[in-house]
Amino acid sequence: MIELIFSDRCSGCSQCISVCPTNVLALGSDGKPRIANQGACQTCFMCELYCASDALYVHPDCEHPVSLDPAQVLASNLPGQYRRDSGWDEFANDPRYNNQHWRMEHIFALARELATPSPDTGPRHE
Amino acid sequence: MIPLFHNAPAPLQLAADVLVIGGGLAGTWAAVAAAREGAKVVLAEKGWCGTSGVTATAGPGHWWVPPEQRQAAIGKRVESAAGLGDARWMARILETTWQSLPQLDRLYHFPSDEQGRKQYRALRGPEYMRAMRQLALEHGVTLLDQSPALELLRSESGELAGARGWQRQLKREWQVTAPATVLATGGCGFLSRLLGSHTNTGDGYLMGVEAGAELSGMEFSAYYCIAPAGSTMTRSMVYTFGRYFDAAGRELDIPQGPDFNNALARHLLRGPVFCRLDRIPADIRARLPYVQPNLMLPFDRLGIDPYRDKFAVTLHGEGTIRGVGGLRVTDDHCQTTVPGLFTAGDAASRETVTGAISGGGAVNSSWALSSGQWAGSGAAQFAKANRTVLRTAARYTETPIPAADADYCETIRAVQNELHPYDKNLFRTGAQLQRSLLTLDSHWDRLRGDAPHSDPDSLLRRRETQALLASARWCYSSALARKESRGIHQRTDAPQRHDRFDVHLRSGGLDSPWVRHDPVTRPVETPA
Repeated sequence: MIELIFSDRCSGCSQCISVCPTNVLALGSDGKPRIANQGACQTCFMCELYCASDALYVHPDCEHPVSLDPAQVLASNLPGQYRRDSGWDEFANDPRYNNQHWRMEHIFALARELATPSPDTGPRHE
Repeated sequence: MIPLFHNAPAPLQLAADVLVIGGGLAGTWAAVAAAREGAKVVLAEKGWCGTSGVTATAGPGHWWVPPEQRQAAIGKRVESAAGLGDARWMARILETTWQSLPQLDRLYHFPSDEQGRKQYRALRGPEYMRAMRQLALEHGVTLLDQSPALELLRSESGELAGARGWQRQLKREWQVTAPATVLATGGCGFLSRLLGSHTNTGDGYLMGVEAGAELSGMEFSAYYCIAPAGSTMTRSMVYTFGRYFDAAGRELDIPQGPDFNNALARHLLRGPVFCRLDRIPADIRARLPYVQPNLMLPFDRLGIDPYRDKFAVTLHGEGTIRGVGGLRVTDDHCQTTVPGLFTAGDAASRETVTGAISGGGAVNSSWALSSGQWAGSGAAQFAKANRTVLRTAARYTETPIPAADADYCETIRAVQNELHPYDKNLFRTGAQLQRSLLTLDSHWDRLRGDAPHSDPDSLLRRRETQALLASARWCYSSALARKESRGIHQRTDAPQRHDRFDVHLRSGGLDSPWVRHDPVTRPVETPA
């Protein structure tokens, strides 16, 4: 669930409030977003992807709130990881982050080759 | 109009030719297709068109088959559809997919492989839906974000007349009058933690049935997807490489293939199951963050090295999302049994293209893209032929407006308790389905007894709860009626497939859910 908003980093664009599919965030009195309904968070990480300032942090535990040390999280490279690896914004023309999603098909094929043989190995998902 | 809430700001009132409810993959394609026919289109989305729904958070492949390979692909699919597929509809979505994806070239950067061949088949969800939002805006579609629909409306003479809902950030009611509406509200995952699925609470099924539409194939709702325990990350690709262990460290025999979920579920019923991804080759590991950028988020943030460490896994229910059932489609434009009410994507039954098995991501995405466009153009044509002036809008149901802070947690938990456990939904028996239905029925009766008050957020929650409950009852009533095993509907008390169930199970009804057996026939074609 969404756990941290780094107000110092936040530009106040309020894009995260707009894009949240489950309406978790609201504008605080300081003009920055605040977590208004954490229980509604569906842990989809979309707010992070759309935050060009890397000012939000979603913890992967989707069942329980967790207690985090904001300084420690800020010091890690985790805020902004999703946006960077997706090649968004300033990473758009960086060849390190080129979209390789199209390789899924080949990866699946390789996995099936390596997997324990079963009588009818067909595609399972996607 | 009479507003639902008297102390709220003045409602937003719009008139359109086509109203699309739901702004995911099917809804955006529907809106674009309707606009291409010259229709004035309003799209209302519960969350935000671009991030909402199960496409935005995933990476859909498509059923992308070159023309010369299609006959074989369809033959294979018909064979696995367990008697309920339809080759003609399969051919239609293959062709529509083939024609449509290249149209996104300008808005989605399709990468090329090492040989320089452009790769159209699989798109990343966030970028795909960002492109679809842009495409809808370029076609002049009016987008209402953060605007869940509450109910469909009808004219004084009883015709479908649009819908109304609540703009939950602007805190005002919206009402759109339109002769044609497309329900593209997604499937129902029963709030299972499946990635991106919490807006998909079966709202369209409920609104459709209230207006007189029928459902079909709701028994095909027992599909699950693997994720690290406690997380939402249902990105299943890497688990094909997985090795699985019990708590004592013994490696489990969970063969890959169509029975993977059932085998994993059987072990999960006995105790925790752990996975290790050490079989993934080093070059793939290095690439994975740029193939599926969200895949590694849970591991990196929990300090797990999935290539070395064992981590607990679970299965999240998909309900009708990568299940099959939904609103019954009666013609080539995906019109429901209600004139002017169209449906697309996971809100619609996908039996024609998937039969009794899951379409997976690929067939379902092709269905969403295709049925969206057919429904959108059908709705636009319907609107041209039915330009009635709507003076007053009447309601299909009287919805009591619940008290502030009514959270319906207990009812929602009850639905989840009946729909998520593998020994209730994945491995079904008639006796257990009956017990679940009794529980669900009692919650339905209790919900009906709500006293009217005036709080919009509670009303939204109430409608979602009602939709979850209704969808659960349609799924299990249909599952109870299909006294056999077929595709993803598996009854341990009736493990064989029977010819007498070579039928489509239609369903509907609110206070008294009903199920009807219809022989398998080709759908009626409408003149273009």
